[in-house]
Amino acid sequence: MHETTLLLIEVGALLLGMSLLGRLALLIGLSPIPFYLLLGLAFGSGGIFPFDASIEFLQTGSEIGVILLLALLGLEYTASELFDSLKSARMPGVVDGLLNALPGAALALILGWGPVAAVALAGVTWVSSSGVIAKLLRDLGRLSNRETPAILGVLVIEDLAMAFYLPILSAIVIGVSLVQGAVAVAVAVAVVVVILYIALRHGHLVSRLFPADHAEPLLLGVLGLTMLVAGLAQEVSVSAAVGAFLVGIALSGRVAVNASQVLTPLRDLFAATFFVFFGLTTDSSQLMSMILPALLLAAVTIATKLATGAYAAARAGVGTLGRWRAGFSLAPRGEFSIVIAGLAVTAGVEPALASLATDYVLITIIAGTFLARVPDAAWFRTAVRRRQQRTRQAV
Amino acid sequence: MHLRNGVTITGVGIRIEKVDLPGIGVRHDLVTEAGRRISVVSHRDGERDLGVFDIDDPDACRDSVALNDDEASALADVLSASVMLSRLTSLSDETAGLYTEQIALPTDSPFLNRTLGDTKARTRTHASIVAIVRDRQVIASPTPSEPLRAGDVIVAVGTREGLDGVSRLLANGPD
Repeated sequence: MHETTLLLIEVGALLLGMSLLGRLALLIGLSPIPFYLLLGLAFGSGGIFPFDASIEFLQTGSEIGVILLLALLGLEYTASELFDSLKSARMPGVVDGLLNALPGAALALILGWGPVAAVALAGVTWVSSSGVIAKLLRDLGRLSNRETPAILGVLVIEDLAMAFYLPILSAIVIGVSLVQGAVAVAVAVAVVVVILYIALRHGHLVSRLFPADHAEPLLLGVLGLTMLVAGLAQEVSVSAAVGAFLVGIALSGRVAVNASQVLTPLRDLFAATFFVFFGLTTDSSQLMSMILPALLLAAVTIATKLATGAYAAARAGVGTLGRWRAGFSLAPRGEFSIVIAGLAVTAGVEPALASLATDYVLITIIAGTFLARVPDAAWFRTAVRRRQQRTRQAV
Repeated sequence: MHLRNGVTITGVGIRIEKVDLPGIGVRHDLVTEAGRRISVVSHRDGERDLGVFDIDDPDACRDSVALNDDEASALADVLSASVMLSRLTSLSDETAGLYTEQIALPTDSPFLNRTLGDTKARTRTHASIVAIVRDRQVIASPTPSEPLRAGDVIVAVGTREGLDGVSRLLANGPD
């Protein structure tokens, strides 16, 4: 068969399979991300039916997927929301970073993967999945709840922190000398600050470049600018994902709303490709050997996220049940953890990190989806109430 | 009304709280006199949810209902109509001998599908028809050319005898 023909067949079959799995995920109320990862694993190296012809195509697709994932995330936030959250959720953000990044870093060191892998795994365990959590809150009808702004505040801070973390990680994984590394990080941070400043002060000027009401030029224009800035950011080792995120933040008003509408289908396609491709390139034979460390890591970091969420909600004056809800809601890790693991492994850091991250994301998404429902259960509410009464009597 | 996060006072002692939901939209809360909390989440894409908070757990929304544009505006109309009626009622409380009444148009009324002017209600009964409630919408200060439809509720202000007169007039026609 001709190369292109084979490519069509492989990609077509893959997309069909993804669609079926996506429906299955909907049916049982889970995020489709774990299913895409598993599908990729099944067809990847060491899997049941390795793909050959389409691997380059999927690789390009997955890179566009990361860029779109981050650009759309940036579009969801306005610059002023970011700065308001920076003011109101700064402390929970710091607590979140310390409690959740350290277990990841510690495990990488215990496994003897070295300091670079420790920085990467710290990122994997640190960042909750805004995508999975926002959908979970919607599905459980909790958008109106009083703890929800506290949860969203933590997520915003994490996403914003990524704008600084990813460039630092990119610089470290290249494995440059200390001085070169420091320079690269300084350049990266400076670029991020400059783009953030432009986004906040002159975002309306950037938005004016695009026609809000004409779908086609809007799509091409925003996609073009995003890929251009992502490429330039990569060139100065700031990481393409961060460049795309900042473009998303810089756009505001109707341009942002309409751009996110026209880009969402593209994001869905390419982000799914990204997760499948990550699975494809992960060695599935290592998945089983990593399952124990992943379970341990998940147990510890679900507990630390519980503490983070409870602290953030308590600061917002939310009661006991709401604190449990906030804590459990933050458990799922997702797109960012995979992006970070992908970045590290592509640069040649310990390949088992990809397997560990896959196991870890699978476990936290599945466990998190169920744990989030626990505070609504009757037995849980009764238990909480009884404990409150007991403490009240003790006082 | 544009406000940052926080509490605003609208009207007498009514607290509306606005909270940003980054990436989603904004939430407006109303805490009632009895301590119940109702919220409206306005999504950035224009959708909205109406939420009612739990009594036992005041942080949680017990139920939330998604409303489309038409449903939201219909609900707003019903609420504003009921506010208008209660204002009319409280007006009559303050004014001795003056009452407000809602009269459902009888299905066999001789004025069905005729205009309000045909009833000559004010001349005949000395009571005023101040509003018509139709399909959950209020037609305030209807003109004499306003036709009367099946299912209309007539809001009239007048003395006791005047209002009784309007009821009789609408049911049986002029004596």
